[in-house]
Amino acid sequence: MSRATLGWIVLSWVGFVLLPWYGFERSASPNLADYFVSGSALIHGIRGAWWLLPILVPLGMALVPVVRPSIQQKGTWLVASGLLGLALIVVQGFSIGLNGWTFDALRSLFGEPGPSQAGMGYGAALTAAAFLIILCHGLAARGWCRGDAFVTSSIGIVVALILVFVFFPVSTILASAFADNSGNFAPSAFVAKFMDKSIWGLDCLTSDLRCGVAWNTLFLGLLVAFGTTALGLAFALIATRTEFRYKKLLRVMSVLPIITPPFVIGLALILLFGRSGALSNLLWEWFGVPRSRWIYGLPGVFIAQLLAFTPIAFLVLIGVVQGISPTLEEASQTLRAKSWTTFWTVTLPLMRPGLANAFLLGFVESLADFGNPLVLAGNYEVLSTKIFFAVVGAQQDQGRAAVLSIILLAFTLGAFWMQHAWLGKKVYTTVTGKGDSGIPLPLPRRVAMASYLTAIPWAIFTLAVYAIIVVGAFVRSMGRDYTPTFEHFLTAFRVERADWGLYFSGSAWNSFFATVKVAALSAPLTAAIGLLTAYLLTRQRFSGQRAFEFGTLLSFAIPGTVVGVSYILAFNVPPIEITGTGFILVMCFVFRNMPVGVRSGIATLSQIDKSLDEASLTLGARSATTMRRVVLPLLRPAIVASLVYSFVRAMTAVSAVIFLVTAEYNMATTYIVGRVEAGEFGLAIAYSTALILVMLLAIVAIQLMVGERRLGRRSASAAPSPIAVQAVP
Amino acid sequence: MNKISPVHSLSRPAASKKQAASVEFRNVTKRYGTVTAVDNVSFTIAPGQLVTLLGPSGCGKTTTLRMIAGLEMASEGQILIGDRDVTNLSAADRDVSMVFQSYALFPHMSVLENVAYGPTVQGVPKKDAYAMAMEKLDIIGLKGLEKRAPSELSGGQQQRVAVARALVLEPQVLLFDEPLSNLDAKLRRRVREDIRELQQNLNLTVAYVTHDQEEALAVSDHIIVMSNARIAQTGTPHELYEEPANLFVADFIGDANIITGDVASIAGPIAQVKIGGLNLQLPHRGAGQGPVKLAARPDAIFLDETVQAGALAGTVRKTSYLGTQMEYDVESPIGNLFVVQYGRKEAIAPGTPVSISFATQRGVAIIPDA
Repeated sequence: MSRATLGWIVLSWVGFVLLPWYGFERSASPNLADYFVSGSALIHGIRGAWWLLPILVPLGMALVPVVRPSIQQKGTWLVASGLLGLALIVVQGFSIGLNGWTFDALRSLFGEPGPSQAGMGYGAALTAAAFLIILCHGLAARGWCRGDAFVTSSIGIVVALILVFVFFPVSTILASAFADNSGNFAPSAFVAKFMDKSIWGLDCLTSDLRCGVAWNTLFLGLLVAFGTTALGLAFALIATRTEFRYKKLLRVMSVLPIITPPFVIGLALILLFGRSGALSNLLWEWFGVPRSRWIYGLPGVFIAQLLAFTPIAFLVLIGVVQGISPTLEEASQTLRAKSWTTFWTVTLPLMRPGLANAFLLGFVESLADFGNPLVLAGNYEVLSTKIFFAVVGAQQDQGRAAVLSIILLAFTLGAFWMQHAWLGKKVYTTVTGKGDSGIPLPLPRRVAMASYLTAIPWAIFTLAVYAIIVVGAFVRSMGRDYTPTFEHFLTAFRVERADWGLYFSGSAWNSFFATVKVAALSAPLTAAIGLLTAYLLTRQRFSGQRAFEFGTLLSFAIPGTVVGVSYILAFNVPPIEITGTGFILVMCFVFRNMPVGVRSGIATLSQIDKSLDEASLTLGARSATTMRRVVLPLLRPAIVASLVYSFVRAMTAVSAVIFLVTAEYNMATTYIVGRVEAGEFGLAIAYSTALILVMLLAIVAIQLMVGERRLGRRSASAAPSPIAVQAVP
Repeated sequence: MNKISPVHSLSRPAASKKQAASVEFRNVTKRYGTVTAVDNVSFTIAPGQLVTLLGPSGCGKTTTLRMIAGLEMASEGQILIGDRDVTNLSAADRDVSMVFQSYALFPHMSVLENVAYGPTVQGVPKKDAYAMAMEKLDIIGLKGLEKRAPSELSGGQQQRVAVARALVLEPQVLLFDEPLSNLDAKLRRRVREDIRELQQNLNLTVAYVTHDQEEALAVSDHIIVMSNARIAQTGTPHELYEEPANLFVADFIGDANIITGDVASIAGPIAQVKIGGLNLQLPHRGAGQGPVKLAARPDAIFLDETVQAGALAGTVRKTSYLGTQMEYDVESPIGNLFVVQYGRKEAIAPGTPVSISFATQRGVAIIPDA
């Protein structure tokens, strides 16, 4: 019996006997005695919560191998104890809720309303975690995963977290879609809601009426996907195949949208083209073009998303264009193909997987985008905003939100599935192990001209939009009053000196501190869980690995709005009642951003020879030590990538967060959205610029903290960090 | 390259030296899904011996080695190291070190840090760990290079760092996974002799994986020949070469002419075998009367240009001059033969008729399982 196993057995008892089993009422302020013994499951059990007492059986079973060290099947005892313990906790948690029995069968069997209990607290969490670890240690003792308790425990923890924070909410939303408003199973209600005319109606084809929201979403998604792919290709071709002088600038522009909160572009568009926008004013004064609200609706959302997501297509495509072996084009030329023919018959077909990838990414991004439609869509309704208004609006119809979420989820998962099914089978390998001494073919004139004509105006437009963002923060009111001012910054970030020290009286400080706190908490957690998962996926073999991989990537494919709805549906009631806490925000970010850590971890790990880990193992280092001393130092680039990404995403996310914030934990983005809705554009813009600045500082700080990886090579060529390509809101 | 310095000159406290341990496999099977990589394999490696796992790629030899190390877990069966059941122990808990094909030197550590890694993670104070590492670097002849990064060493030097790192914990069993495959041909011979010398001087139990039969013959006390996830034959290099148990081993170890003969009679351990028109007296090795297959080594077949009546007649088809030896393709009534002759001055020209005879003391053997 290892010391670690013993420690977890002790912790399982601590959780049951000492710590408070239930969470506290948020109104009551608990005193110290509530934290110890008196609130524990044992005391509750003796005082009448009889359903907690059976948990003593698995707790006792875990002690058997401790008391009798001579017995043979230690592993079996531990496994049995862990399984039974987890099962008991889950069963009692789900069958007894705040208002008594939760299942009709139990109600009719034992009478109404039955016993009631609150959501689980520290004690329950600790005991459940300890049971899980005991189970994993038992499995390791039985020879699973080469007898490595660290590996089995890691798998156990990640699987449990995914089950609780991905599968449980998603299944809740499915269940809620099939229920009527009082919570009974009602498939007819689902069919009625699903077939609703406001979702699938096609009136816009035949009359002036509006089409269904599902068609709107699909149409916008396709438009944006086409647009971003075309623009991205033009940029990528210019960056790799021409002598264009400002290539560096393109690179910088490709990073900008990552650190821009998603609705800021929409905001800038309003300031430019809105009824009192800067450009609208000029057009009116100089040419007499009447002011109008054309920007609100499909055109506005389309332009905003095009601006926001073109860099992602660019990043995908530049890798593909660079990867095409010049030798293939030279081979085509030696076979007497003209440069245009070569481009059309060799280069372009080889880019097909990259184009498809960019297209699908653009599509998914557009579907999942919440910030821009919220700010700009006006009467053009899309699914993500419709879900939001179904939950928070006057209708308060959770079933409808669930149905809409399922449709949106089906669209995105369908796109991901298509990408997988279509691209997975074809081989377009053009980067081989052999050196390639060919020189890339210069672009045919026609293609080069077309690229310049699309890309350059677009680049100028993007720069103009960002200029507006900066200018807007420092003038009194865009479009009306261009007096330079710090007024917006003062309103948001005023600091006063009071008797007791500094007083942060600015209106934005609360949300700013909350955001930084949540982002700073979630970034290391995200990186840790993501890289651990990547390590398990690349370095270990265990049954169910494919399902495990699917689970980790699932949360990536779920649009943020759906995540938000599913979290409030799942975590608003016992047994896991965490809505309104900062914890739910942290967990939400961890699981939305974890797949990026997984992917960059997998990419980096697959470049590191597996025998390095094995060498460490045979030298007597356990997996945990190997991880710390060999794997992590070599993983530095992936650590930086996932830390930066998760920090930045936590600062800029809107879609999921907007459902989860409270007065206490208001996030910067939701605060800004609130300001926009109140028409305080200056304040919103000023806050956004501040956020962008903080993120840039944070990126530099993370880079400095984690440091470079030392490979003892004379010139370490860092792999391009995969952070940017993964951006799905 | 400086040679590994003689080890016996080093004064080592006898108490710190561990006994070399035996390795035993009892009916071990390893499956990946439906694929069986190692199928019901049993063998014993005696303490202080160098045993080679030899076989073509995909035969399960590396999997077997990794199961000794604990990097793969047996699906069935038992693995014992020094009489202790280690079947379910992880690699970190086994007293075994391994030298990897790719050397697996940690790129972010210096040579010294690499070699001292084992003791360091075992909790030995840094100073002592470095002292242990320096001692092993001295044995291996790399003193003075300890500050370098692994990438600043030549292939042969990297290989020796890997050996030093594996030796530093003085493991009960040392494993080599194709250690010579990344070295050039000349260096290979030297390094394999160094490894053999080190093993004998330090009295180590070594399991050594290779697909090169010459390398295996040169260094091993015992060879385990594997084929299709099973053991084809176990024995000393001499036994494998002279008395192959089956067609696979006969063909895989050295070159062999597989010819058909007929056992006419058996008297004691000796059988009368008719091959073509010739009569040979060979150990019967369990074969009964009737047709048998025989393995004849190329250098156990003699050619004579003066054709004698009654001898087996053949014709030289092709002649190759290789410096130390001559190689011939000979057409004969018992099939085409591959013949090697050493120390001959003049080549036999193609087309020359020859008479064929066999060495009787060695080089020709009945294959029992064929």
